[in-house]
Amino acid sequence: MELYLFDGSLEGLLSAVFACYERKSQVVKLVNEASHIPDVFDPGYRVISDREKGKRVWKGLCKKLGKEWQFRFYKAFLSEQPEVYQHLLNFARYVIDQPPGASENFAHADVLAVSQAAQKVHREKHRMEAFVRFQKTGDGIYYAHIEPDFDVLPLLPEHFQNRYADQRWIIYDLKRKYGIYYDLEKTEEIELETAPQMSIVNALPADLLDEKEELYTLLWQDYFKSTNIQARKNMRLHVRHVPRRYWKYLSEKQG
Amino acid sequence: MYERIREKLGILADAAKYDVSCSSSGSNRKNENKGIGDAEGSGICHTYTEDGRCVSLLKILLTNHCIYDCAFCVSRRSNDIKRAAFTVEEVVELTMNFYRRNYIEGLFLSSGIFKDADYTMERLVRIVKKLRQEERFNGYIHLKTIPGASDELLHEAGMYADRMSINLEMPTETGLKLLAPEKSHAEVKKPLKYIQSNITQFESEKALIKSVPKFVPAGQSTQIVVGATPESDKEILYTANAFYQNFSLKRVYYSGYIPISNDARLPVIGSQPPLIRENRLYQADWLMRFYGFNVREILNDVHPNLEADVDPKLSWALRNLDQFPVDINTADYYMILRVPGIGVSSALKIVQARKFGRLYQSHLRKLGIAFGKARHFIRYADSPVQLKEYEAGHIKGLILSESKSKYQKNALNQLSLF
Repeated sequence: MELYLFDGSLEGLLSAVFACYERKSQVVKLVNEASHIPDVFDPGYRVISDREKGKRVWKGLCKKLGKEWQFRFYKAFLSEQPEVYQHLLNFARYVIDQPPGASENFAHADVLAVSQAAQKVHREKHRMEAFVRFQKTGDGIYYAHIEPDFDVLPLLPEHFQNRYADQRWIIYDLKRKYGIYYDLEKTEEIELETAPQMSIVNALPADLLDEKEELYTLLWQDYFKSTNIQARKNMRLHVRHVPRRYWKYLSEKQG
Repeated sequence: MYERIREKLGILADAAKYDVSCSSSGSNRKNENKGIGDAEGSGICHTYTEDGRCVSLLKILLTNHCIYDCAFCVSRRSNDIKRAAFTVEEVVELTMNFYRRNYIEGLFLSSGIFKDADYTMERLVRIVKKLRQEERFNGYIHLKTIPGASDELLHEAGMYADRMSINLEMPTETGLKLLAPEKSHAEVKKPLKYIQSNITQFESEKALIKSVPKFVPAGQSTQIVVGATPESDKEILYTANAFYQNFSLKRVYYSGYIPISNDARLPVIGSQPPLIRENRLYQADWLMRFYGFNVREILNDVHPNLEADVDPKLSWALRNLDQFPVDINTADYYMILRVPGIGVSSALKIVQARKFGRLYQSHLRKLGIAFGKARHFIRYADSPVQLKEYEAGHIKGLILSESKSKYQKNALNQLSLF
């Protein structure tokens, strides 16, 4: 078995796939160097991220994978999970070596693992589309921050841009310290100098907010209470749909 | 200064919540005018109430004043409750401000009937028209059809709404007459038919001319109240099935009756809503729509009610053991779908995966099927040799003893019929 170290980027992962063929490696263990504890006896092979090599591998994969699987591969990568990097490497090699269609072999451990990881990331993307709560600031920008388990921000622009085409908005990932900003034309990545803290009410300081913001937060909290049917109360089901770790985003859970 | 609007929202959201429809999917309205909102594709539940129901739309009544006196309805004329009414502007502003903050997918607008049907429907239409034309709102709008409203108003409403619905309320005409003598199923069928024929007409025109406007793109739905009147599950599902077929409904909702009245014709206040029964009806509904079951296979004269302790698919399998075991490696997709413990997505994965080699127990477990349940009904590459045939009662006992039903704890409040 050979140990490969890469820099945690998608380019790096694809370059590692390239290296497997270039170096004719058999079994490869792929580790993100950021989470690697150096081993005196096995320094490992350090993969250098190379744009061209990455592109060639991606092209090769695209020849074998349909649109949906290409997207799944990317989503699984965004999970940032160490074991998923390994599955992605194995999956890529398996798909490249086999005739087209091999990605439908759900009995293959790596195919299944990649598809499951992609599913998890997809679920969280969908949750963010649901749980983001914008607050309107005094200068008319709708702002929300999140702390997702996976790096789902790159998956969000399309959805929010289609929907909120006529308002400026920011969604900021406090954990990964970057955000996306839509300026009525396009969505771009941004970094805030002093990012707000995740507070219990998920709120910006009151002096930054639009004067009507308090009213609509109140009305939303009221609505959440009024639309509940007490006789059907089922907190287990409630928590399954709205896991506790997301409650801090949700103004209706603070009222 | 916020008090009045807060009070109104409280009253009119409370009165609207017994309509269980929450769907915001199935439309195809895109944001093409750089306006606000997008109702394309699948719906989103923005939050869930503490009773576990999805909150997708701002669900409100325009008013809870009503000229009718339906015994099952909280807004009935004779009920002594606070009444309120929104203005057109208030509804528009609430919708837009909630939508812009990503609280909701759109608006679900219903109303008590004040003055007469057309007067009420005209107000509803005015709101949705303003949202679409002045606010350039492309989010989802579910609009109630007011029974007795004129064809012209229904037609206009259909030009702005994504979905329209009108509730059957009681599963049979007899039940409805008992609780709401002023109403009939006929006055529900008439607008359903009218809108259905319009949808069909717009679709056929769309095939020829591209610029045909949208007309109720997410189709129609209805709601049946369960447990207010003594109908059997068979009567309920057969009614639902007939409405799916005759009116091309997208959904039939089943709403377990929540006692809200001291009327002697109805379950008393404080009695448990029939939640298990409601859940089983939805499962049976899914079997009809996504699993290729005919309603007669699920319920018939010999078997007129769904069981509380097992789901309808397992129940069907136990009554039809001659159709099992199913060989996972060779059986037709539709037969695999009928195996208890295998859903649509795992059935699809199974037929994909078996092209690459025979499937073993370990594969099946990983693919995500409920193996403990399914194993009694399937054969796979390494199935154990089975010496004797188990009978239905034995298999049911095994499955129940191994599973932790979500109903075991609270099943006691619903008596077993047998």
